[in-house]
Amino acid sequence: MLTATTAIRRELLIRLVRAFDADSLNTELDRIPVKLRPKNDPSSRCCIYHDRAVLKYRLMSLLGVSPREETDEAKTLGQYWQEKAAAAETSTPAASAQPLSPLCVCEAACSGCPDSRVVSTENCRGCFARPCMYNCPKKAISIVDGHSVVDQSLCIKCGKCIQACPYHAIVKTSVPCEEACPVGAIKKNEHGFAEIDFTRCVYCGKCLVHCPFGAVVERSQLLDLLLAMRRGEKIVAMVAPACGSQFPGTVEQLLSACAKAGFADVMEVALGAELTTKHETAEFLERLEKDPKMLMTTSCCPAYVNLVTKHVPTFLPHVSTTPSPMVYAKQLAQEKTPGIKTAFIGPCVAKRDEAQRTGVDFVLSFEELGALFAGRGIDVMACEPWPVARPACATARGYAHSCGVTEAVLAEATERVPGFKLDAKQINGLDKKTAMQLKLYGMGKLPGNFLEVMACSGGCEKGPCALK
Amino acid sequence: MDKVKVEICCGTACYLLGAVHLMELEAQLPPEMRERVAFEAKSCLGQCENDRLGGAPFVRFNGTEMMSRATPGAVMARLRELLGLEVA
Repeated sequence: MLTATTAIRRELLIRLVRAFDADSLNTELDRIPVKLRPKNDPSSRCCIYHDRAVLKYRLMSLLGVSPREETDEAKTLGQYWQEKAAAAETSTPAASAQPLSPLCVCEAACSGCPDSRVVSTENCRGCFARPCMYNCPKKAISIVDGHSVVDQSLCIKCGKCIQACPYHAIVKTSVPCEEACPVGAIKKNEHGFAEIDFTRCVYCGKCLVHCPFGAVVERSQLLDLLLAMRRGEKIVAMVAPACGSQFPGTVEQLLSACAKAGFADVMEVALGAELTTKHETAEFLERLEKDPKMLMTTSCCPAYVNLVTKHVPTFLPHVSTTPSPMVYAKQLAQEKTPGIKTAFIGPCVAKRDEAQRTGVDFVLSFEELGALFAGRGIDVMACEPWPVARPACATARGYAHSCGVTEAVLAEATERVPGFKLDAKQINGLDKKTAMQLKLYGMGKLPGNFLEVMACSGGCEKGPCALK
Repeated sequence: MDKVKVEICCGTACYLLGAVHLMELEAQLPPEMRERVAFEAKSCLGQCENDRLGGAPFVRFNGTEMMSRATPGAVMARLRELLGLEVA
């Protein structure tokens, strides 16, 4: 869904690409916030100055600097850019030993939403039946001056009164980021602003999507990639299976558009997914032979793997050890062209983290790729199809939607063992409930023998950085 | 009576900034408008040079009238005006 938050992020990205190509980032960067919110323009927040401050931090994250790492508030965007450009003159700066967190909260944008509460609104008619009072298990509701009032010291937020009220007068206020986070990793700090606890965060990107103030920002690698291209480095664009539904035109046209945008080579990650299917199926059949009662889960969703690693370690032995399609795609690309740099392009936040641990050089979101196209005047529809050696098979392209991996593994297993029956279950989207379900599985309550988990409901194509 | 011509810019910038949702309008037209409007997806209309980028997505009515920051609601409202229908 397009909102003002996604629109502004995309607009900034396109401006960044254009200014990079015009060699004007030095002067342009610090002008963008003023251009977008000039004097006497209506503001989205309290005033244009607040808007401009937020825009500055957004641009900072697009430069690859997390707003949390700011040490000098007076440092200009131009200075950040100069440092980056100087460091990248000879080679891509070496990856830091600790993977950099792909997300962070921009405090200037965070509204510091008050803690979630159940409150009665002016819709209350002070009715005679008073179903709210009768249904409250904690006697937290009383009638004061003809209106219901919820005693916050007694309320347990069970929501019975909300359901009972025929006037929809009782509502639960929410903190969207906290509600969206499946693992309780985002909480307010001592200043009242949201902060991500990276020991808990699985990088699913739900807070990024759900914060209506756009306070959660991604650390972008777009400029690192553009600088590497300018240095003449050969980079292969590895486009995730979810790409099919993102841009107008075909996958082959999209690959052509990537080549036009400056990539030395292009490929579908779905070719890597074919290898994942092959190896994962072999692993599955092997495990099944050893123990007919076993359960194996998929491993291609990095947010899910993070969740198991950080929150349900007892369940880790059940997660397939087969590498993800991205990792196989990287191997294929480097077999074809030794030494080529790799850029994964997809709809996923968690891949930014996985890439740092698996030696993939860059991760771009579909948004960033779109901005690169827009900035360089490339229309996917107008591109000739790329002459692929062969398109990836349908089950591999299907990895991007829920049940897709199950279908691929089932098809492969049936081919090897005719008549094979898979006892498959799916978790289609991580939230608090499914995270709890996984914890139960971790305690030994196993469902079926094959479990597909995707952090995003609907699969990767509905990911946090998808275009639609 | 001539149809109202609606050209939706589908250059990548407009596409990213909302044109994809404008394309869905055609299917949502109420019956009284269906026969009187002609939608067309255009390649980049060339409106989005650097400082006007914030105006995307762009839509052109009847070949001359350019609308910036087009939203499904705004396009629909302008269409009703152009057709002399009551603006809801």
